[in-house]
Amino acid sequence: MSVNKDIFEINRDFNFDFESTGRTRLEWDSKDKVAEKLVPTHCCFCGVQCGMYLKVANGQVIGVEPRDYVHNRGNLCPKGIVAYQQVNHPERLQYPMMRRGGKGSPLERCSWDEALDYITSRWKDIQAKHGKHAVAVYSGSSMTNEKCYLAGKFARVGLQTRHIDYNGRLCMSSAAGGFTKAFGLDRAPIPMTDIPLADCILVMGANITECFPIVTRWVWEGRDRGAKLIVLDPRETPTARTADLWLPVKPGTDVAVLNAMLRVIIHEGLADEEYIASRTNGWEEVKAMVEPFTLEMAQELSGVPAARIKAAALMYGRAATSLILHARGIEHHSHGVNNVLAGTNLALARGQMGKPGGGTMMLTGQGNGQGGREHGQKASQLPGYRHIDMPSDRQEVADIWGIPVDELPWEGAAATEMPNLMAKGEIKSCLILCSNLMVSLPDNTTVLKALTTVDPLIVIDFFKSETAELADVLLPGTVWCEDEGTTTNLEGRVVKYNKAVEPLGESRPDWQIFCDLAHRMGRGQYFPFQTVREIWDELRRASKGGLADYSGITWEKIERQQGVFWPCPSEDHPGTPRPFAERFYHPDGKARFIPIDFIPPAEEPSPAYPFRLTTGRVIYHYLSGTQTRRLGFLNAQAPVPWVEIHPQSATRLNIQDGEIVRVRTLRGAMELKALVVPTIRPDTLFIPFHYGHAGAVNQLTNPAVDPTVKIPEYKVCAALVEKLDQPSQVKGMPKINFTPQDSPKMFPYAVGETKGASEKEGKKY
Amino acid sequence: MAIKTLFVDPSRCIGCRSCEAACRECDSHKGESMVMVDFIDRGKSVATQPTVCMHCTDPVAPCAQVCPVMAILITPEGVVQMAEPSRCIGCKNCVYACPFGVPKFDVEAKLMKKCNLCYDRTVQGLKPWCAQACPTGALWYGDYEEFAAQRNGHPVNRTLFGSQQVSTRVYQVLPPEEPLLDIIALLRQTEAEEAGIAWQNQEAWVL
Repeated sequence: MSVNKDIFEINRDFNFDFESTGRTRLEWDSKDKVAEKLVPTHCCFCGVQCGMYLKVANGQVIGVEPRDYVHNRGNLCPKGIVAYQQVNHPERLQYPMMRRGGKGSPLERCSWDEALDYITSRWKDIQAKHGKHAVAVYSGSSMTNEKCYLAGKFARVGLQTRHIDYNGRLCMSSAAGGFTKAFGLDRAPIPMTDIPLADCILVMGANITECFPIVTRWVWEGRDRGAKLIVLDPRETPTARTADLWLPVKPGTDVAVLNAMLRVIIHEGLADEEYIASRTNGWEEVKAMVEPFTLEMAQELSGVPAARIKAAALMYGRAATSLILHARGIEHHSHGVNNVLAGTNLALARGQMGKPGGGTMMLTGQGNGQGGREHGQKASQLPGYRHIDMPSDRQEVADIWGIPVDELPWEGAAATEMPNLMAKGEIKSCLILCSNLMVSLPDNTTVLKALTTVDPLIVIDFFKSETAELADVLLPGTVWCEDEGTTTNLEGRVVKYNKAVEPLGESRPDWQIFCDLAHRMGRGQYFPFQTVREIWDELRRASKGGLADYSGITWEKIERQQGVFWPCPSEDHPGTPRPFAERFYHPDGKARFIPIDFIPPAEEPSPAYPFRLTTGRVIYHYLSGTQTRRLGFLNAQAPVPWVEIHPQSATRLNIQDGEIVRVRTLRGAMELKALVVPTIRPDTLFIPFHYGHAGAVNQLTNPAVDPTVKIPEYKVCAALVEKLDQPSQVKGMPKINFTPQDSPKMFPYAVGETKGASEKEGKKY
Repeated sequence: MAIKTLFVDPSRCIGCRSCEAACRECDSHKGESMVMVDFIDRGKSVATQPTVCMHCTDPVAPCAQVCPVMAILITPEGVVQMAEPSRCIGCKNCVYACPFGVPKFDVEAKLMKKCNLCYDRTVQGLKPWCAQACPTGALWYGDYEEFAAQRNGHPVNRTLFGSQQVSTRVYQVLPPEEPLLDIIALLRQTEAEEAGIAWQNQEAWVL
């Protein structure tokens, strides 16, 4: 909502129109039925997973009712309220389609048998000629744990390929990497209901109000009790608007601010030495590392006035209980893990980690972003957060799956590396589900090349997304309420989706498609599942003894307790809402301080490219917008992208509010409306990323990735803005600090040597 | 019994339009919203504010008073209803009479429409859809005592239009009189301590 919808259609009164709901008045009236039953379930969108009831009549979902669930208390954001309108949406895919004449021919309706037979015969062919690893699976996190688990098992057992990764790579891998390094466990330290216990809340790179509206409820409740709010963000988001202190940071320079804050805390004697001595390692190195980060240097690097940094450090440091909330703003960087670790250092220095209401908490973006990364659909992972490089972990999982351990593939390519392998021809065929690569991956020219090279490209989706348009075989999947299963929300709380209606048309849940494909690949004995509960029970067994131990969680317990926090190692265990209360998960039970130096982003502005371009979300859309751009109410609020630019810059370039301008980077150019507002840094541009085709900001973004977790640098690249009729003669290049090619150790790795010894050790426990 | 009503706190509003989306779900006007969320001035700030019917109590419902056909009814609880479709003649008197600009005239339906405080829900003890959905408590439903116990801010239900005073059932929440933290003092103090740093010379752009 950073934009007024007037920018799209001036003077239209949106309050009294039916059209913007996507339905005519008649269609609404015909839906005006009385609900026969209320199905308790959760929202299908972001990581908060708010509870809701779906109203069902005559086997159709007709509306939504509030559900007083423990973490959302009946509140819903606009996405949640209209989520149900997807179910009978006219654009739902209802039958399988394929291109019978190969690439270039039209997508034609076919039967499930024809589609699946075609896929498996091509796969067998490709695997016989080019080896097992020529087929890849690219999965997603906006689906249930059961499906995520099966995606990993299907790739490794059904297809026997090493190439399985998922879109969480683009979402939370920095946070997961940072938490694993610092605490040995990648999970939120506290439940959301703890947030009001904090006396100071530091929000770093998280537009909470737009991306996690329901979390705002808890932050605001904390402020009612007197908590102070500090926001670190290049834009004055609605969170920053009323914050006690806003630190307007240059994109890509967060470490400078955080290290300077830590230095102030040390010099003011606010570090909790007792906690540091008893529960952490590595303090001295961090102390030495932050010493050069004077306020002056931090101001120079980050553009945040020194006085504000000091005030923030004092407010944060003096609070008895302080909480850091962070999200993609600091994670989508070529040094995303470092940014996260700079935050964990602060929390550890103040002795907050493990305290109710204190610590540092990542806000995971995808619906099942937390669960999706625990059950083995990540290139480096096996179920239960086990690591694919660890011989003992491999043995345990191979035993549960009933395959010889030698058959279990090693680590494959990360999601951000797959397009390169596809374009090079190393991956010949790819199955994509729950993902829209054409919108979500950076530098989408390369992605387009990759997706048109692989043959066959198989996509499972319930709408025809920008990626599905390119598919050779398009299989109709189900929406969330046509199936059941569990998800894990950003707190680590496992919740359950219940089935409300039967799948529309011929569409089928992903897990049934996996099982069918596996049968046809001759691996049916490993996929005997008839119900979701059977997959869940196997997942519980497979995660037993792992870090993310789900073995004690039953659907009944989830119902009874309003969600169960993992780890939950036995059926009489209540779950673990605050996992770090007594110990951390490194072998010695202590947390690790990690010294973090300032590293500039891969690309920095120069006179030729004077702006830092950053991307982000708007409240009305979810991820690539495949779902939300089809829901009338949401789409009416923000139908096309725009570029936010500060009046000072706009005046210099003679750009008017509402004018269409061209934004250019080294990768490409796009034309969009300028929104001239003072709520952004003058040296920064902002474009929302939810749009496809000509509206995709990923035509511009830099594909540079973090060296360890391969998260792309969506949040900063050098850009220029020009008027349409005055194209600028670009003389020179942006300042390039490193390129994707320079990054250390891109795929292929030497087998089994993907991680250093110390990281492997961290995975062991 | 304490009167349950809406409290509107613009300082918490994040402009998400949950209230608008939720209002559209009501069976009596499905697909249309009776709540409006507006930017105060997007050229200066991201501040937004929801507008709902204030349900005037004194003078009681100016919209109803000027209605020539008594189409706008007031419930025993004092909730001002939207125009009764069988009576409304579409004269728009209510639109002109409302001091808050709330009633909207639906030209196609020839009918005045406005919020009736989700009467179907509130008589059953439920919250109105907008306050139920609101993620931030910018629209909050409850009685005055509950509000005072749980929330900061200063609720008022009297609005002056020149010398004319209007009392309403719905409260607007003003910021607390005493700021909880003197942030300006803290900033001045740190600025003084860090004197000599050149940031004051930079071009000012943060409003």
